[in-house]
Amino acid sequence: MIGVLSYLVFFATTASILAIAVLGLNLQWGNTGLFNGGVVAFFGAGAYGTLILGGPPQEGMVGGFALTYPMALLGGMAVAGVMAWIVGLLTLRLRHDYLAIATFGVAVAFENLMRNAEWLAGGAKGVRGFERPFREAIGDGFLYNLVFFVAVLLILIATYVFLERLVASPFGRLLRAIREDEEAAQSLGKSPSRVRLTAFVTGSVIMGLAGGLYGTFYAFVSPQDVLPTLTFQVWAMLIVGGAGNNRGAVFGAFLIWGAWTISGWALSRFAPVEAQLYTGSVQFILIGAVIVGMLVWRPQGLLPERLIVSQQGSNPVNKRGE
Amino acid sequence: MLILGQPWMTNVVLEARELTAGYVPDLPILRGVSVRAMRGKITLIIGPNGAGKSTLIKAIAGLVPISAGTVNFEGTDITGLRTDRLASHGIAYVPQNNNIFRSLTIRQNLDLALRRGSANGVAVLDHLFAQFPALAEKQKDKAGSLSGGQRQFLAIAMALAAEPRLILMDEPSAGLSPKATQEVLEHARVLATSGVSILLVEQNVNQAMRLSDHCYILAEGRNQIDGPSDDLRNDSVVGEIYLGGRRLRSS
Ligand SMILES: Nc1ncnc2c1ncn2[C@@H]1O[C@H](COP(=O)(O)OP(=O)(O)OP(=O)(O)O)[C@@H](O)[C@H]1O
Ligand SMILES: [Mg+2]
Repeated sequence: MIGVLSYLVFFATTASILAIAVLGLNLQWGNTGLFNGGVVAFFGAGAYGTLILGGPPQEGMVGGFALTYPMALLGGMAVAGVMAWIVGLLTLRLRHDYLAIATFGVAVAFENLMRNAEWLAGGAKGVRGFERPFREAIGDGFLYNLVFFVAVLLILIATYVFLERLVASPFGRLLRAIREDEEAAQSLGKSPSRVRLTAFVTGSVIMGLAGGLYGTFYAFVSPQDVLPTLTFQVWAMLIVGGAGNNRGAVFGAFLIWGAWTISGWALSRFAPVEAQLYTGSVQFILIGAVIVGMLVWRPQGLLPERLIVSQQGSNPVNKRGE
Repeated sequence: MLILGQPWMTNVVLEARELTAGYVPDLPILRGVSVRAMRGKITLIIGPNGAGKSTLIKAIAGLVPISAGTVNFEGTDITGLRTDRLASHGIAYVPQNNNIFRSLTIRQNLDLALRRGSANGVAVLDHLFAQFPALAEKQKDKAGSLSGGQRQFLAIAMALAAEPRLILMDEPSAGLSPKATQEVLEHARVLATSGVSILLVEQNVNQAMRLSDHCYILAEGRNQIDGPSDDLRNDSVVGEIYLGGRRLRSS
């Protein structure tokens, strides 16, 4: 019983962390139309940043600053934000597809840097030795995981509320206006590139937060955690849940993470032994198929964006708005 | 070169000189176009489809790159100005299409257009709603639900929200009924009388000629002829060549 419960807590923690990353992507893609092809780099920057800033000093490595946990987590988010700011500054003025290519390149470079820079990130071994916050007070085991899950859930809710407010704020309106017609917004004195940069950095900081929590959860991060797979999964979650809708983003995260977990379990259980090696690849194909299927049959996602544009003035049904 | 008595010290608000501009390099659409807009006047630009009227407005607004020539606004060189800096110079631009944000409410559209940090935002809004009562009633509706004419009024109200000294209007009557067109143009007249200068592109030549002060005719990216609107309207040669003569005189 406790085994099942413990597993559920484990599952829900991971799903909630991923949901935070999906919310970050939703601000970028769903609300602003920015294609981030390197989600994992910003997630990874948060994870590595948090562990390096908050971890103990280690021989042959910079870092190990042993900052108090909130500072370490904020520091990880800041690392993600600075990275996004530099990439955004260089690419956001250009055509939109350049951002996709640039972010993809950043993610590849990030993984390679982490794999090779032993002095910075421990190379292939990763960053170890991180002491999880309050571990001494709460102890290891189920109770710790439960408390950690509740904390992650609260952070997820806070992120959700923050983004909902942001979208309803004048800044959110500006995002919508720019997405609808860039030239018209410009002629009203708005600077689309500045607004986009703000949204891009904010979304990336949120991904950094998710990464920081992920690193904390495992008290360990290695280059295996920053593979392109993650970018792919986060995108699948957003597309299936419904780009532009924060509830859809969270829903998609739980759904896809559930499907990923179950398919992994089913494949390891029922697939012939000689196919076991390829479980990961089969999962990829399944996720890819889900994305393609969604885009073909329900491109707006399961919970679509609520963008009410009524055509006829006399139609009171459409007046709910906002 | 600002000498007392230069035109812009008195009443030239905007002067575009010998503009060469186009969407792609080495393919100029405008080939040396010059126009002037006077303070408190409506300056009309007409010409056949594809003449380059919208391109001229966009070049002034910084949306189309200018490869030669200058644009001067109230004595300041604004050639190739970034579009998002227009408003702070006191210029508003009402695009030909898509000039409102359909997914936002009317109120939100206007809020967006208000100058940031403007202390008297509420007063400006009140004033606009007094001018456009139809918009006041529908403040909370999505702009996408407005009729064509109401949308144009909203676009004009948005331009006014920034309290500009010059408005660039690109075919504000596009797709409107003759009556709505008349309303929009008469509103432009009221604005001009209140001191706002207007550079207006219009297809409804007859109505626009009557309401404007000065008129430029463009064709194939060049100036053809210009003069006081009344003179051009009654000039039979101009009428025959550029305005579809008989139609003009019969109405
Ligand atoms: N975005 C664009 N890219 C490339 N060429 C363009 C673009 N917009 C317009 N053109 C070209 O520039 C020329 C002038 O177009 P413009 O829109 O300025 O004409 P116009 O006088 O405003 O016509 P209309 O009365 O139809 O609005 C046309 O030949 C058109 O094909
Ligand atoms: Mg035009």
